[in-house]
Amino acid sequence: MKRLAIVAAVVLSVSSLSAQRLGIGRVATPDEIRKIDIDVMPDGRGLPDGKGTVAEGAKIYAAKCASCHGATGQGGSAERLVDRESGKNWDFATNAKLVKTVGNYWPYATTLYDYTNRAMPFMQPGTLTPDETYSLVAYILALNKIVPEDAEMNRITLPAVKMPSRDRFVIDNRKGGKVVK
Amino acid sequence: MDRPKSISRRRILAAGTAGIVGAALPIAGQNPDQAARPKVPVDPTKVQGPLSTDVGARSPFERPKRLSLGERRTSSLTPLQDLDGIITPADLHFERHHGGVPAIDPKQYSLLIHGMVDRPLVFTLDDLRRFPGKSMIRAMECSGNGGRVYRREGNQTDLTPQQIDGLTSTSEWTGVPLATLLREAGASPKATWFLAEGMDAAVMTRSIPIAKAWEDAMIAYGQNGEPLRPEQGYPVRLFLPGVEGNASVKWLRRIELADQPFMTREETAKYTDPLPDGTARIFSLDMDAKSLITEPSFPDKLTGPGWWEIRGIAWSGRGRITRVDISADNGRTWKPAKLDDPVLPKCHTRFRLPWEWKGGEAVIMSRATDETGYVQPTFDVLLAARGPSTAYHFNHIRAWKVMADGAVKFAGAGA
Repeated sequence: MKRLAIVAAVVLSVSSLSAQRLGIGRVATPDEIRKIDIDVMPDGRGLPDGKGTVAEGAKIYAAKCASCHGATGQGGSAERLVDRESGKNWDFATNAKLVKTVGNYWPYATTLYDYTNRAMPFMQPGTLTPDETYSLVAYILALNKIVPEDAEMNRITLPAVKMPSRDRFVIDNRKGGKVVK
Repeated sequence: MDRPKSISRRRILAAGTAGIVGAALPIAGQNPDQAARPKVPVDPTKVQGPLSTDVGARSPFERPKRLSLGERRTSSLTPLQDLDGIITPADLHFERHHGGVPAIDPKQYSLLIHGMVDRPLVFTLDDLRRFPGKSMIRAMECSGNGGRVYRREGNQTDLTPQQIDGLTSTSEWTGVPLATLLREAGASPKATWFLAEGMDAAVMTRSIPIAKAWEDAMIAYGQNGEPLRPEQGYPVRLFLPGVEGNASVKWLRRIELADQPFMTREETAKYTDPLPDGTARIFSLDMDAKSLITEPSFPDKLTGPGWWEIRGIAWSGRGRITRVDISADNGRTWKPAKLDDPVLPKCHTRFRLPWEWKGGEAVIMSRATDETGYVQPTFDVLLAARGPSTAYHFNHIRAWKVMADGAVKFAGAGA
């Protein structure tokens, strides 16, 4: 009887493993979180202090981006960044010649900050300062005629930019079953 | 019924002369058959063989290779035509990366879980290995797989299974369920999404609905019985069964819980699906059911009429494959193939069917059905739903044409 009880207790403690905390790992410090928590959300959460202008962005772009993306964002060894006109009718699914760009496809301006900051320039990723990144974002948005030439981008103005294709995106409605969507 | 060994040798030769798979190249000016053949004793029963080794290698007669694409070699394809069963050898698992393959010291590695949790936690690799673990055999497919044949780019007859659909592979993945780590950190019930972030030069990020974490997402450190290969995310990756490969972020450094998606570049500018109605599907994560005949396939040549086994793989991101039907008359009539055990959810399933080739031209094709009742569509059905220049998820029925002389060519969606 005693042995049975012990067996039952062992089984219990094993089976309840999946529901309880195991005390493995350690609590992260605010500092180490801040160091790698670099993402920026559509509502602007995560954007750092700092600011940038179109004029400043043009200079940085010429020095650090133009060699791959073309002198005015028309594309080169890396993808095209500028073109708001083509694709106005949003016939991407039927027009194979259309090239998706920041201007005609990207739904959120904050994505441009996030991606440029984390992964560009391609050969020196993660080296841009917040002011440089805000400036580049301002310049690329201005080339796409989404913000005016005198725009300043910062943590307040950037999330307020509404991208032309913002409302084109729909949540996946495929669920398997008989209908091919 | 076993396929003659000469078939695989012929594959190597065809690859060398036509530059198709990039296998052993014959030496110029010599008989390619002689030049490509490793030297072995005439009679192996009359000589002692080499002794044991620390790490094994394939027979020198077998040279399966990945096929790298693009100037920057940002992806490579699995040689599906060279594989049996369902497991992809780890060194042949397809690759896709956006900032190269980072070199990471496992002793320096850590994973941060934070955001909408009671307590943000940091785990070392040893910590992760200490948690109750799990292994599961599951497929992973890039959602760009098959784009070349959907868009009918370039030559559409001299294509191998690798060139058509090599961005799919199957492994046994070992790790800790993400749900276990979320419980450990005390995930808020209000969290609806999580961000996964890599530590490669792209600092790759994707947002995933948190339901996937509670369902079957894994923080994986093992692949086919050994630590992950560097190209597959060493030392730790996210693995999301049934989901487009890009979302299974490799070299994972951070998981952040939130109440909305982060709208990263990959999930907005890239992995979205434009539709003919002027919208684009976003977060189209599940991979639709698909199948592909891998034998016979280009550049095989059947040596003569008679019995041959049609073989291939089928898979669905939504569960198990319930049947695969084969047509040998260009889709007019269909016969169910035999499915090899094990038939696992969200996993490559091996199918086979003996087929008597009577000589003359024949078009063979396969059609998968999954447990939701979804049937792999014809090209025309998929085209009507998605449009000719949609960007991802190309799972229409594929066909091969056996010519009168036994040569096999890719036949697109059918002849």
